[in-house]
Amino acid sequence: MTDAGTRTIKVDALARVEGEGALYLRVKDGEVKDIQFRIVEPPRFFEALLRGRMFGEAPDITARICGICPIAYMLGASQAMENALNIEVSGGLADLRRLIYCGEWIESHVLHAAMLHAPDFLGLDDALMIARDNPDLVKTALQLKKLGNDILEVVGGRAVHPVNLKVGGFYSLPDRAALGALAPRLEWGMTAARELALAFADFDYPALDQDYHCVSLGGAGEYPILKGRIVSNRGLDIDIADFETTFGEEHVARSNALQGYLKDDGSPYLVGPIARYNNNADLLSDAARDLAGACRLGPTVTNPYKSILVRMVEVFYACEEALNLIRGYAPPAAAAEPATPAAGVGYGCTEAPRGICFHTYALDDGGRIERASIVPPTSQNQKQIEADLLAVVSANLSMDDEALKWRCEQTIRNYDPCISCATHFLKLDIDRE
Amino acid sequence: MTRAKRKPARPKLAVWKFSSCDGCQLSLLDCEDELLEVAEAVEIAYFLEATRAEVKGPYDISLVEGSISTPHDAERIHKVRRQSRVLITIGACATAGGIQALRNFADVEEFIRAVYAEPKFISTLGRSTPISHHVPVDFELYGCPIDKYQLLEVINAHLNVRKPVIPNHSQCIDCKRAGTVCVMVGQGIACMGPVTQAGCGNLCPSRGRGCYACFGPKETPNTASLAKWFQNELGDDHRTVRDRFRGVSAFSESFRKESEAHD
Repeated sequence: MTDAGTRTIKVDALARVEGEGALYLRVKDGEVKDIQFRIVEPPRFFEALLRGRMFGEAPDITARICGICPIAYMLGASQAMENALNIEVSGGLADLRRLIYCGEWIESHVLHAAMLHAPDFLGLDDALMIARDNPDLVKTALQLKKLGNDILEVVGGRAVHPVNLKVGGFYSLPDRAALGALAPRLEWGMTAARELALAFADFDYPALDQDYHCVSLGGAGEYPILKGRIVSNRGLDIDIADFETTFGEEHVARSNALQGYLKDDGSPYLVGPIARYNNNADLLSDAARDLAGACRLGPTVTNPYKSILVRMVEVFYACEEALNLIRGYAPPAAAAEPATPAAGVGYGCTEAPRGICFHTYALDDGGRIERASIVPPTSQNQKQIEADLLAVVSANLSMDDEALKWRCEQTIRNYDPCISCATHFLKLDIDRE
Repeated sequence: MTRAKRKPARPKLAVWKFSSCDGCQLSLLDCEDELLEVAEAVEIAYFLEATRAEVKGPYDISLVEGSISTPHDAERIHKVRRQSRVLITIGACATAGGIQALRNFADVEEFIRAVYAEPKFISTLGRSTPISHHVPVDFELYGCPIDKYQLLEVINAHLNVRKPVIPNHSQCIDCKRAGTVCVMVGQGIACMGPVTQAGCGNLCPSRGRGCYACFGPKETPNTASLAKWFQNELGDDHRTVRDRFRGVSAFSESFRKESEAHD
């Protein structure tokens, strides 16, 4: 990772902990010549180890990709298997899936926004330091996160790697009384989310406007979580089955995560809260749109630092949506649609908290997995993260190394890329010629 | 970057991540009702998932998540051990190698080629192994993920220099205590409960699902007897039996041996 004629910069994980983000930066005559963002997560080979396993094992195995958003993996895998096996999951079962996904959005977004991202705007190291000055704000955030986790527990049995989800639906239907007990807490959750959003809206936001190619689910008549086509603000509108012909992944030396790009022109694209919001703001509830307005978010967000506000608007929406789903819940006749092993190819795509998460599997006659491909949001956003960093560094070369380093960390955390990466120390080497 | 200490005598807690999904260290942040109190009782000296601040070691308690799967990590764990008075592994990855240890039963070179376009960029070991294969471990907490109350109990016990109260009996005992009718006897659903350590809170059988062994092998499990049950009573073929033992704790000694007996 060096250029001839320049100082050799060794970005080496040995000096830091594993999972850190590392940034290599080369500046010549006040101009950024090279910028590389690196994710160092040890490879775990999920797509390889899934081969030969039964289709029904995929949700529990892929859940282990991420402890923060296991639902995205469990439901993406389930959808793909149902697509391959021609199983229709609708009605109350689909409602329960949307409900548990709301829980994941709440716990993941609040963890990120309040505990991991907000400290950057306050110049603090962590949320515990926020708690010293403003214990109520942190307590509110913790209780809101807990509410998200409790939805996962009521519907899924466990907050991390839930046990009650399977291809076709659920192992058992949730307890009605436990569901009902969530309702008043969700009413509180809407108030709490609004309070936090408005508090965060007063942060001082660094100036940065990016012309993003926003890619999300859309066109399903509801704010997208589990259904829809893949759409963008530049006219993309494809079936999820066309994901692999539209988007590519490349493997670069500096990263153990594959980097996503548009096959047409190799350009980066954006997935996640800002992309979802920009493509679907009209599908939010009136109250959620009002909150966005109160947070001074227009119909289109171009400043990536404001992703924290979009997350909180989505938390508000998820509380409201969960409440509606619980109030309108009619228990389905069975906890799951039956699933019989067969050969086939299936696709699944859902809106993980960090953006679209794509799965495809090919099954043999016995229902064993022959091929698996999973494209998580973090890899899709990597190229865009580098583009944001380039813009940030170019505009802030006058900052000293320490301030610029923190600003770069904050910029990466806009993406909530992966919790381990997001909060890890960023090693910034600046080569000023 | 150090943080001002309010109580200088507070023990220092460090949390380390190796190859993992982050779910077990997240369990600490999921202690929403207890987190601020925990932060009072201990100084969170190193916890990258939660804080940018970093206090130098040595540390009184190190929680280690994840398995060893790269040459770099195989060195790093020794540095962690040297800085830690008490080292506790948390979760199936750190105690048994995790789901990524399925590579241990395959050709890792072929795995790399299957996932990555440029295999030469990838640095990995042929096997994913538990922390105890590399350094002495003071306590192993099982679970995929761990149970957050067990985690609090283990931290509490070490702070008070007593033995943690963590059950090492089988999941079957918990089903009996909870009055959950056996899913294997009653409904013919395969269940790993007889060989799996309790601790999850009786999650699967109470939902009509067989246990799939998130909490790893119990002490001295009779895996051969259960495998026979699967074959004779439920009609499992060898491959199905093998895969039941080849989950998140596939590389634990007893499960590994049993699965290999059906290869």
